[in-house]
Formats: sequence, C-alpha cells, structure tokens
Amino acid sequence: MTVRIFIPRDSSAVSVGAEAVAAAVAAEAARRGTPVDIVRNGSRGLYWLEPLVEVEVAGQRIAYGPVAPQDVPALFDAGWLRGGAHALRHGPCEDIPYLKRQARLTFARMGRTDPLSLDDYRAHGGLGGLARALAMPPGDIVGAVEASGLRGRGGAGFPTGIKWRTVLNAGSGRKYIVCNADEGDSGTFSDRMLMEGDPYCLIEGMLIAGLAVGADTGYIYLRSEYPDAWDVLGDAIINAMREGVLGDSVLGSGRRFVLNLVKGAGAYVCGEETSLLESIEGKRGLVRAKPPLPALQGLFGQPTVVNNVITLASVPWILAHGGAAYQAYGVGRSRGSLPFQLAGNLKRPGLVEVPFGATLRELLYDYGGGSASGRPIRAVQVGGPLGAYLPASRFDLPLDYEAFAAVGATVGHGGIVAFDDSVDMAKMARYAMEFCAIESCGKCTPCRIGSVRGVELLDGMLAGRTKPGNDDALLRDLCQTMLEGSLCAMGGMTPYPVLSALDHYPEDFGLAPKQEEASA
Amino acid sequence: MSQESAPRSDQAGLLPALHRLQDQLGYIPDHAIADLARTYNVSRAEVEGVIGFYHDFRRTPPGRRRLQMCRAESCQAMGADALAAHASGKLGVGFGATTADGAITLEAAYCLGNCACSPALMLDGRLYGRIDAERLDELLAEGGAA
Repeated sequence: MTVRIFIPRDSSAVSVGAEAVAAAVAAEAARRGTPVDIVRNGSRGLYWLEPLVEVEVAGQRIAYGPVAPQDVPALFDAGWLRGGAHALRHGPCEDIPYLKRQARLTFARMGRTDPLSLDDYRAHGGLGGLARALAMPPGDIVGAVEASGLRGRGGAGFPTGIKWRTVLNAGSGRKYIVCNADEGDSGTFSDRMLMEGDPYCLIEGMLIAGLAVGADTGYIYLRSEYPDAWDVLGDAIINAMREGVLGDSVLGSGRRFVLNLVKGAGAYVCGEETSLLESIEGKRGLVRAKPPLPALQGLFGQPTVVNNVITLASVPWILAHGGAAYQAYGVGRSRGSLPFQLAGNLKRPGLVEVPFGATLRELLYDYGGGSASGRPIRAVQVGGPLGAYLPASRFDLPLDYEAFAAVGATVGHGGIVAFDDSVDMAKMARYAMEFCAIESCGKCTPCRIGSVRGVELLDGMLAGRTKPGNDDALLRDLCQTMLEGSLCAMGGMTPYPVLSALDHYPEDFGLAPKQEEASA
Repeated sequence: MSQESAPRSDQAGLLPALHRLQDQLGYIPDHAIADLARTYNVSRAEVEGVIGFYHDFRRTPPGRRRLQMCRAESCQAMGADALAAHASGKLGVGFGATTADGAITLEAAYCLGNCACSPALMLDGRLYGRIDAERLDELLAEGGAA
C-alpha cells in the first residue's frame, strides 16, 4: 500500500517552507521509485515544529519536524516511510504532549484531514451536527446553543444563544448570517487556521445558525490579508454546493442556504460588527451607533446574526454532542474551550485549545516553553492590540472572561503575545495609541482625536520631557474619556494596553526609578 | 473563484469592483471613478470616500513588487522594528513609498496571521515567516528588487 505523507498547506507552514518540502518529498520519492501519497492537510498548530511532516505507519501518524528540503534524502535513508529513527522524529504526532494534553473540540479535525475533502470531513464526524439540526425545530437548536454556554469568541464574549434567540424572534422576514472573519488582532490566527484547515466546519456552523434563526443567506467577511483562506473557502463553498450541502436543498431537506464570500480591504475597524456590515454594503466602514442592535436591524437593515469564525465553528460540535457536553468544560460563566494562540517571544508558539480556567503560566511555560530568546518574560498582551499588558505577577490569573475583566483585562479572541525584558512598555503604549490613530474609523471624537493626542503625550514622555503628576495625569484622563466616550471597542479599549503599561511599568515612562525586573 | 464574483449593481458591488480593478491595474485610476459611481448608483464623492477609507486601495501605480512587513505586536516581540529599519534602509524608502526606480513598494501590515512564526512579511502576496535581515535580503535578491 502506498504510504501516506501529510504535509500542511496551512499558510503559516508554507511561510516557513512546507511547499518546498512537499516538492522535495515528491522528487525524492520519484527518484527512489517509491510511490507515496502526499496529503496536504491543515496544520496541527505545533508551529515551532513546522514544516511538520507526518508519515502514516500502521495506522499511526509519525511526526518529523521541522523538516527542511535538504533533510528529505536523509529522512528516506533513515526509513521514515516505516517510521524510522531520525533526529527530527517526534514519535506518533498525537502523543506529543503539547497536543495530547489539549481538549480539541472546535479544532478536533485540525491537521488530521484534507481540508477540501468532504468525504474526509464526514469520516471525521463532520455534518453530524447539521443532520441533527435539520431534525430539530429552530427553538431547540437555539436552546442547545444556550445550554452550551457558548459566548462570542471574537472578543466581546456575548452569549451566542441570546443573540440567536433575538434574531429568531425578530419576525419572519429576510434574515442573514454574517461570519466575522476579519481576524485583525496581532497574536491571533485561529480563524485563519480553521478556514484554511477545516473550512466545512465553518460552513456547517453557518448552516446550523441559518436553520436556528430562519435565515437562508450567509456572508463571510474575510480580511484581504488572508489570500490562502480566501482560496480554500471559495473552493469549499463550490464543493459544498456541488454535493448538496449548500444550495436550494441542504442535504436533501428542501431547506435553502447560500453563502457569499466578501473580501475586506485592510481596515482593522471592520472587525467591529457594525463597521463590518457597512463594509459588506459597500460603504466606508463607519461604526454604527447601537441601538438598533444588528440582531434586529443588521445587514441591509434586516435581522442579522454576526458571529466570529470560532463561535460559528464551535456550533457543529455542540449540536453533535449536545449543549450539556460542551457546558461540562470550563469554569464559572466561561464554558467550553477556547483555542488560545501562543505568539510573540515564545519557544513553542502555536494553537492550544484548552477549557477555560487554565492559567497564563501554564500556557506560557508548560505549553509555550518560556521565551524564545531565553530572557525572562516581562509582559504578556492578551486579547490583541486592545488587550491589557499583564506582568509576571498576574500569570496565575485563570483564563476566564470574568477573572480578566475584574483586573481591567480581556481574554478577547484568545491571542497571547509574550515579550521578553528587552521590551520598552512606553513604546508599546505609544504603539497602541498610534495603531488606534491609524485604524480609527473617525466617526467619534474620543477615538479619532484622543488617539492622536495620546501619541503626542507619549512622544513627550518617551523624549524624557515628562513632568510627573502632569503628563501621566493627562494621559490617564484622556484614557478615561476614550473608555467612556467612544462608540465602539476601537477607541473604548485602546486605553487597556496604555493604562496597564502605565500601572505595571511606570519606570518605562520615567515615572519611577528603573528596577531590575525579576520574572518567573 | 467564489460566490463573490456574481456582480451586483447596487452599492454592495462597489468593494468587489474596486478589488477587481486594483487586481488588474494595481491601482484605482482617476478616470474609473465616474464609471464606478454610475454603475453602482452612488455619487463620485461616495466612491472617493470608500477608496480613501480602506488601506488596501491605491490611487497611484505601485512598484513592480509589493513588500508588506508586519509591524504589529507579535512581530515586534521578535524584532520586527529592527527588521523594518533594515528594509527601509536597504531600499532607501520609507513605509508607504515606492523606490525611485519603481522596483518595489514598501508597506506596513498590521498582522498577517503568521504570529506563531514571527516576524512575518508578505512579498507579492506570498507569506513568509521567521524572517531575519539575511533572509529578507535573500528574498529581495531572488526577485531582483535589491
């Protein structure tokens, strides 16, 4: 039997050479007259090992990585087609502790399948949730999502079931399902991975949402920075239509659902749901005032479910296994699991899906292996550019929406970016304001003007012109105005990284004597 | 190829049309504005406003190659600032500008979703990760840009 070799097509894996490795494996196999079947799978999310190649031996997938094209002849010589020993061998992939200890619910199939094969998708549990949903009344589908405790994974953490119930009850006219795939937060890549590595899971989630609220049309708003995800989703939608998963009669049920793919154009603020809706309508992405809620007057003025990729992709598992099974994971009011993304200065960056309640320390050290540079981790930003910076004294904080909110931080979309002790936190605070100034939609004054004033103030502080008790008081006052007066999270949360940097690292602002930071 | 390609005649068709135009020409020329306004039944001011709002759209021809360097937090934590200074110095242009010979346009990107392989960049639409100055020089040399 021809040996199957899995080499990711994930754009991050390709960015470090997976394409060249695939070509080298094909060429070397041909040279040796050994037929191999190369499957281009999604990434397992063990990015420090990418390009990670898996060879299927007696039903087990043996991992080798990171593989460079020049390693390929030696791997054949080592007998890797029979799982042979080599310095790059890590044993069965699913036994690697980093992967084995995770609770992969939403990412259950990630890296195991050919992303565009619907047969593969079905063989790994796909469409089971949709089949169940087709046999349920809409209210029961919403009920299952309510019972699961699922909250919006895009960052706001709003209960998904309540949102869906609102749209379900919003009359019987035209309604829409909109997927927010404008994953702009630095340190986050779970949406991208899922769209590239398991696109039918997102499609299935959107179909279930459509059945739940009575919508027959969906839109995926995808950022332009993700060209590979665009191609995969486009192909997946066509395949799904061809095989009757999407179209006039979903799985032969007589129920209709069609999907449109819309490309963003490089505006971070379009990840805000009302700005995103404006953008789909072909307008400037100006944030809308709420109310009205998008659930009642959303896309083209109609009731609309707007959910993030991971939120929607969590739904098929919930429908297949039941809301209670999902609800059994997690802590407090943060139920289920979150695919955390470890990024920045870490030895083992990657995708870690674990139940809520894990601590930052576990993620940074047990999974992440500490800093890549070998220096102490001084600051961690959780939840993207609008998330707070946390010092080592906060690393035991459990990852839980409420626990984070209590200390002025946010779990957000689960991105975790680590910085070592070479970081200048006043520079990071300035960057937060600068980013807001660049990306503000300009509709409200606190965000549009406040961010520019913030940059000016911080420039003064960075240049050593600080007058303690003056500039920092002004900066804090400005942050308060932005927090309370902005229309959306862009201006409303930019103060989080700024204030947390001021609170925890005053020495970087010239507000306290420099001290040698000892970190865990 | 996707559902997006089904053209719409209302304003929702404007963004896809701008993308198609820029994919073909590399920028949105002035003479296209009136046509776009007519086709999508909006004012010329609205078309200008939409183009101006989104970072992706250009009003002038770009360089032959496009280098987008991520300047966001994760890449900063892995040395993106020094890498950006290196690129800017080597090419002799600032961010948002095109080299005098029209060879390459240098742009800032705010996250390419490659944060687990920081620092990252995109060159002519292809993503690269774990970039250092040496690797950047190689990539630029491969395409004859520097």
